[in-house]
Amino acid sequence: MLDAAIIGAVLASVVAAATTLLLASLGELVAERAGTLNLGVEGMMIVGAAVGYVTAYGSGSLLLGTLAAVLAGMALSLVFAVLAIWLATNQVASGLATTILGLGLAGLIGASFVGTQLAGAPQLHIAGLTELPILGKALFGQDAFVYVSFLLLAAVTYTLARTRIGLVLRAVGENHAAAHALGHPVRGIRTLAVMFGGACAGLAGAHLSLAYTPFWAADMTAGRGWIALALVVFSAWRPLWLLGGAYLFGAVSILQLHVQGFGLGIPSQFLSALPYLATIIALVVISALKHGRGAPASLGVPFVPDR
Amino acid sequence: MRKILSMAIAIAAGLALAGAGLPEAQAAEKLKAAWVYVGPVGDFGWSYQHDQGRKAVEAHFGDKVETTFVENVDEGPDAERVIEQLARAGNTLIFTTSFGFMEPTLKVAKRHPKVFFEHATGFKRAKNVSTYNAKFHEGRYVLGQIAAKTSKTGTIGYIASFPIPEVIAGINSLMLGAQSINPDMKIKIVWVNSWFDPAKEADAAKALIDQGADVISQHTDSPAAMQAAETRDVKAFGQASDMIKFGPDSQLTSIVDNWAPYYIERVQAALDGTWTSTDTWGGMKDGEVVMAPYTNMPDEVKKMAETTQAAITSGALNPFKGPITKQDGTLMVKEGEVLADKDILSMNWYVKGIDDKVPGQ
Repeated sequence: MLDAAIIGAVLASVVAAATTLLLASLGELVAERAGTLNLGVEGMMIVGAAVGYVTAYGSGSLLLGTLAAVLAGMALSLVFAVLAIWLATNQVASGLATTILGLGLAGLIGASFVGTQLAGAPQLHIAGLTELPILGKALFGQDAFVYVSFLLLAAVTYTLARTRIGLVLRAVGENHAAAHALGHPVRGIRTLAVMFGGACAGLAGAHLSLAYTPFWAADMTAGRGWIALALVVFSAWRPLWLLGGAYLFGAVSILQLHVQGFGLGIPSQFLSALPYLATIIALVVISALKHGRGAPASLGVPFVPDR
Repeated sequence: MRKILSMAIAIAAGLALAGAGLPEAQAAEKLKAAWVYVGPVGDFGWSYQHDQGRKAVEAHFGDKVETTFVENVDEGPDAERVIEQLARAGNTLIFTTSFGFMEPTLKVAKRHPKVFFEHATGFKRAKNVSTYNAKFHEGRYVLGQIAAKTSKTGTIGYIASFPIPEVIAGINSLMLGAQSINPDMKIKIVWVNSWFDPAKEADAAKALIDQGADVISQHTDSPAAMQAAETRDVKAFGQASDMIKFGPDSQLTSIVDNWAPYYIERVQAALDGTWTSTDTWGGMKDGEVVMAPYTNMPDEVKKMAETTQAAITSGALNPFKGPITKQDGTLMVKEGEVLADKDILSMNWYVKGIDDKVPGQ
């Protein structure tokens, strides 16, 4: 029953499922490395999904829709940034408010588009490569969002580790007082990082409403923003681990559906809980192995310059 | 998180209602009716169809009735808060439209004996609490027959939500319909443990298709599975709404929930002062279970489906007519008998021919 065709199909589904999570969590990772915890990921994602869908539907251009989704995610993240960074409000409360605002706004924006659909983002097809057994479809038969997620991952990994901008950003997240003393604009950098997070969340939303299930339905993110947040912790704030986390999560959530289809008799409730169980186990393992490398030291602490 | 969300919604609803409650004296003539939804009205599925029913009430009664709704209400303690707020805000009639609202509805009803409550899909009633549901399994029997005629692989894929009696009865009814045409039909069941998660529903549909199912049926609320079936060029049945737009070349038919006749009847009863606690389980003959047009199938199959539908509507055919055997071979319904309503409403076993286990059994 496990032939190459099924394995290939499973792998392709896993890549698609992991991409939404990777995109959203990558943005949040950058925001958190700069010291801001934005619990508004779910809200920014859903607004991205709604605005992206509505724009693409109206203009007929998926590219324009994606762009609009990115901008919408950034706009909502800016609302959060003004509250949490410039007015130094409680980040947890502001983030939750951002999510609630986003869910409501998105429902409003998409209300008259319920029951319509789009053609959806095209999938890559390279003659000879896409047809390869097992890995062909997974690697060479995906939509543009998948390849963009890899480019973004590479860019974030490189920027954080190897560039001056990345160094400053990490400094702001680790010790904002010191960064401030060195003359770095702490709040400005944090705002940009949060907006990058908003852009990524918007992109993840567009992936859902323009490629994964190309229609609009309220609440269609169904909690993926929260999973993205958990993945950032799971990855111990390291982009490459994020890749592993997102793909592990994607893999377990797709595989459990197949296990059920084969009728192996494992309770489906247990299978549905499996991805979360895997996250918890990974968290425990990571925290047991950790050598003083955890959350950015200034994460969640508002910065108010003393003059 | 859903908790926090619905809490906020409950608070917001409370505030809105408190504000709306001020000019109560001048609006006393109007009957106020409220609906509580488990999902968003924009789900294009379960909650969407209930809201269509609410809109039909507004259109039918015009100025005589004022309706409100609260969407995305969690099935738990938050539901009680929302229902309580609605009861206090002067609503005469409150419809709570999900199974999990059963206990909260009964609790609030006890505190507000003058308010009428209507709980969808539940089985507990009180003096001021009615229950109502629709026999969607009647439609699923027709789906089973169509699937057996349509499938080339002999395998039906079924995306299920939660292992509650209603869903299990739906699977059994579909399978009995399929077996009436082809006794060897197979079914693959995937539980997504959610009523509404488009991406997961799409994943489930793809998994079933990858495993050889070529007719997809769903008991979840979004059109994602239909869309996936369309992309993968297999046939599918819609759920709750007519989803033909999502599967112009895939949809065979769809079971459409039509709550409008029931809602109009109950609001009328409340207006007339004749409202009493009832238990309504309408089906095809009551116009509650409606089949979307039969499409993407040969005329011969279409004719068969129409004949079956007519037979169920007239009462000549009952999907749960005997003989029905359980998986282990136990005879559950004897030849010439039909399964009692209460046994359908508490169904927790599969019929013979399903090679799977009811989760948790």
